[in-house]
Amino acid sequence: MSFKKVSAASLAILVSAALNAQAREQLQIAGSSTVLPFATIVAEAFGEQGVFKTPVVEGGGSGAGRAALCKGLGEETIDIANSSSKIKQSDINTCTANGVTEIIEIRIGYDGVVFASDFAGPDFAFAPADVYGALAAQVVKDGALVINDLTAWADVNPALPAQEILALIPGSKHGTREVFNQKVIEAGCKATGAYDLFFAASTGADDKAKDVDAINACDTLRKDSVVTEIDGDYTETLARLSASKQAVGVFGLSFYENNTDKLKVASMDGVMPSSKSIADGSYPVSRPLFMYVKKQHIGIVAGLQEFLDFFMSDDMAGPEGALVEYGLVSDPELAATQAAVKAGTLMEPLK
Amino acid sequence: MTTVPPITDAVPSAQAPRRTHSLFAPDKRTAARNAQESRFRAYGLVAIVVALLALVWLLFSIFSAGLPAFRQTFVEISVQLDPAVLDKAGNGDRAEMASVTTIGYGKLIGKSLGLELAAKGIDIGDMTPKDLVGMVSENAAADLRDMVLADPKLLGTTVQFTALAHGRIDGYFKGRVTMETAVRDNSTSPEKLMLADKMVAAGMMEMRFNTGFLSMPDASDKRPEAAGLGVAIIGSLYMMCVVLCLALPIGVAASVYLEEFAPKNRWTDLIEVNIANLAAVPSIVYGILGLSFFINFAGLPQSAPIVGGLVLTLMTLPRIIIPTRAALKAVPPSIRDAALGVGASKLQTVTHHVLPLAMPGVLTGTIIGLAQALGETAPLLLIGMVAFVRDFPGAPLSGLFDPASALPVQIYNWTQRGDPGFVERASGAIIVLLGFLIIMNTAAIILRRRYERRW
Repeated sequence: MSFKKVSAASLAILVSAALNAQAREQLQIAGSSTVLPFATIVAEAFGEQGVFKTPVVEGGGSGAGRAALCKGLGEETIDIANSSSKIKQSDINTCTANGVTEIIEIRIGYDGVVFASDFAGPDFAFAPADVYGALAAQVVKDGALVINDLTAWADVNPALPAQEILALIPGSKHGTREVFNQKVIEAGCKATGAYDLFFAASTGADDKAKDVDAINACDTLRKDSVVTEIDGDYTETLARLSASKQAVGVFGLSFYENNTDKLKVASMDGVMPSSKSIADGSYPVSRPLFMYVKKQHIGIVAGLQEFLDFFMSDDMAGPEGALVEYGLVSDPELAATQAAVKAGTLMEPLK
Repeated sequence: MTTVPPITDAVPSAQAPRRTHSLFAPDKRTAARNAQESRFRAYGLVAIVVALLALVWLLFSIFSAGLPAFRQTFVEISVQLDPAVLDKAGNGDRAEMASVTTIGYGKLIGKSLGLELAAKGIDIGDMTPKDLVGMVSENAAADLRDMVLADPKLLGTTVQFTALAHGRIDGYFKGRVTMETAVRDNSTSPEKLMLADKMVAAGMMEMRFNTGFLSMPDASDKRPEAAGLGVAIIGSLYMMCVVLCLALPIGVAASVYLEEFAPKNRWTDLIEVNIANLAAVPSIVYGILGLSFFINFAGLPQSAPIVGGLVLTLMTLPRIIIPTRAALKAVPPSIRDAALGVGASKLQTVTHHVLPLAMPGVLTGTIIGLAQALGETAPLLLIGMVAFVRDFPGAPLSGLFDPASALPVQIYNWTQRGDPGFVERASGAIIVLLGFLIIMNTAAIILRRRYERRW
């Protein structure tokens, strides 16, 4: 065989194989690393039923997942984006520009953000004001803003243990950090009165600009070694925590529930985090988890509708389901979500 | 005869100081030089010792954490396959039997385990069948279901079934879980651990070599005990095949042309500099290229070994071209001259004489290039290989387009999981990867030692 023949034949094989592979047999899912374990649990159980292939689930982060979803239609794009925060208008605009006009939003449940420390250490009972007082760059002292130089939790609140302040919080690329800022730091900022002082000190043109300034000032944390931002995932936080036992780390509820032998969880506003206290809203630091589904792929990629129904079924996302065992907080309005998934209801425009 | 002054290298000067001490006692200057030398040796020795200690520490930490992954706790249960539960229609129809999900099979395992424990006279205290299910892996239900659906005749019989023990039970026998931690642990309880001890005594539970670690696919966070490297090993194998099939011919052709045929001018110099540069480009850059070209432009599927293979081919090419050119250069010109002299054409000279003589060097370079590609993670991150893939890819060639994982990304993946059982798995996977690398590098060394010729 001449070289030409060989190369032509091998090219033909490659091309035909490429054409064969065009019909994708399994779902492609990507996005939030918080949703990832839940999605893999469902994907595994879904594949095990033997009707469809096991979906391929990727991490990468909420933003990356939504960006991949909005890349366009067709077999080479993903079907579902997992997200630990609500989709943004900019994502929807990208989607529309690329032809992804029909998106289904599914709230799969809630995830708690918990503070946990080494199991052998003392108990912590936090309020947002305590966390703010310990970690913020500027705190209120005698009615004025001062640079925060406290070193022990007991200095912030005498009810807390006299332990060195050392906090491991998620880095700014994490969706968890957003919740942490909103529900803990900003709440504490307002509770201690720091927000009003920031607001008064702001030179913004109107109230809205001043509010933005004040919130940004609230979210500015200490730059000294007291606060450590963890850009990796919870396994890294846990490793750091095992190395420095007096640290307090921020974790997802599901991660804590699977490492209860090493961690001790702190209460917030007197409420211990649990599936129950998050579902009824008494534990304040939680957030909804979403899946964004390309409706235009239903009927084209085999098993998409079945996967969604399976995901939201009582065996999985229900109050006694497999995901709850792993630490998901079941959505109290699950029945409505199940009906919406069956009907293929599109998401409403963002307010 | 004239008297010749004695030949001496001493400065003929009366002021020259006389040696005042023995040769055996070195003077100050010599002593300083000797001390310098022994210090230098000591530095070298310290450097080697530090490097060795780092290696020993690395290997010790990997092996101590990873070796337990190769052993796993198994439970022997005789399961009574009750037709009333598994085949409600009673007609043995596969499709209807498939409507019983793994949850139904899980309950059956719990019930059978309870019966067997009672038969053996093991006291289970106030544990419910649901607690008993927690003794075995969730994977067991799926395995049992597959077994029954594959052979519906088993219905109504009692089968001896080997199931994986639950990850925490397994961790107990490996020392990861203790009675104290079990008290705080939501996934297990001290009662379960005590029952596990009794089951070992009764011969129902034992730890043995776990072939599943090498053959089973990845598993979700709820069942670390069932996670294996099967898909990752096949994915890596497929990628290495793609790299070998593309990089070796292209790399050798490019090197032969550049070395034997190309004119030496500014253009070939430019190409040479660029090849050297490409070899030093960070591998993640090739991932970005792969994402934008192979996936976004050419429309190849995500997470597929073919894309991984193509990206790694690009990365490996310069690493094959450079040693291949060196090997070609090392063939003495006299061989070419002799071949040309007896009338061989330029092509015949190359294919009959130069290339065969350079082959050991070429193969060594290729194997080392492949070994580097095997351990490469960064470019695969961008093309969707870091995914949860549970189905094995099909046979080649169409299997190259199916989703798969790869060894290094599987390690990366496992280190990020929440369950502590995955730490052991990740270290076990590192041992497997190291094993492959050692085999490849040894092969390269053997090839070089045995076939390389020096002129």
